Amino acid sequence: MHIAEGFLPPLHAAAWGAASAPFVVHGVRALTREVKSHPESTLLLGASGAFTFVLSALKIPSVTGSCSHPTGTGLGAILFRPPIMAVLGTITLLFQALLLAHGGLTTLGANVFSMAIAGPWAGYAVYKLLRRSGAPLMVTVFFGAFFADLVTYCVTSVQLALAFPDPASGFLGSLEKFAGIFALTQIPLAVSEGLLTVLVMRLLMQSSKSDLVRLGVAKLTGAGRTEEAAAR
Amino acid sequence: MTRNAKINTLLLLLVAALAVLPLALGLGEGKEEPFTGADAQAESAITELKPDYKPWFSPLYEPPSGEVESALFALQAALGAGVLAYYFGVRRGRRQGAAQARAQGAAREQDAAEPVREP
Repeated sequence: MHIAEGFLPPLHAAAWGAASAPFVVHGVRALTREVKSHPESTLLLGASGAFTFVLSALKIPSVTGSCSHPTGTGLGAILFRPPIMAVLGTITLLFQALLLAHGGLTTLGANVFSMAIAGPWAGYAVYKLLRRSGAPLMVTVFFGAFFADLVTYCVTSVQLALAFPDPASGFLGSLEKFAGIFALTQIPLAVSEGLLTVLVMRLLMQSSKSDLVRLGVAKLTGAGRTEEAAAR
Repeated sequence: MTRNAKINTLLLLLVAALAVLPLALGLGEGKEEPFTGADAQAESAITELKPDYKPWFSPLYEPPSGEVESALFALQAALGAGVLAYYFGVRRGRRQGAAQARAQGAAREQDAAEPVREP
């Protein structure tokens, strides 16, 4: 989903930058608030950012005969809500743009919009809807992560189709082309990301139940209560 | 193996299978370059759609070779994995410490309850 450096016309690059900036600024505020009011969150925040670091570095073969990578943004969006994930995702994208020549500074706004804003919000919305319908936690986590991943790549396809409409078939023809490259490839990877996010969430349930309860992800059960009491 | 560990292993195996199957089934065969990155494919799609498009900005730093690039990608993954492992290690240590303190506390209470015999 990384649009390469210089590959968006200046007007598009500026527009996506302007669209992303308020989300990131709001995210930085949310992040400072979270760290100030709950210093014990810092470690888990780091772990969420680290998850995105690992997953977005892994280029995995897919059914279309090409390779792509997951985004790892579903976990942070579910744990800390999407505004904070916007910051963590931006840090990852900046690292890749500066050191790996993967993505770029001129396309940072567009890439932040797809991976750090649209994906996390979509995943979070799916997660919330499923939770409200009473689905088991791990099912909601799987689909939250799945959609955070897939929607990111759909948004990238739209961004490129807007910038480069097909001379003959226009925006839709171009969208079909880019979606064929990105979205189709991404489906099995989004499944992988869903499974890995479930795995990490299971480990968190074992090791940090009280944090998950405070963040509203898990409910207090017998085991959690004794842990809570022991912590006091 | 506990039930928990079995489920976790199964999840990892599923992810591995999803990554290996496209390779094992040879889904990249018949392509000019099998298993290229989707990002690079998008770049060539752009040049097809608009042959006269020239990227108007180039990366400030570009890894000089594929090897250096893969090293930097490995570094990114290693950094992330390191922080994750640190997190779970700290949590595990804290839980063990708390359990130990509880056990010691219980033992001390028991000692206090029993009258100490003078030698």
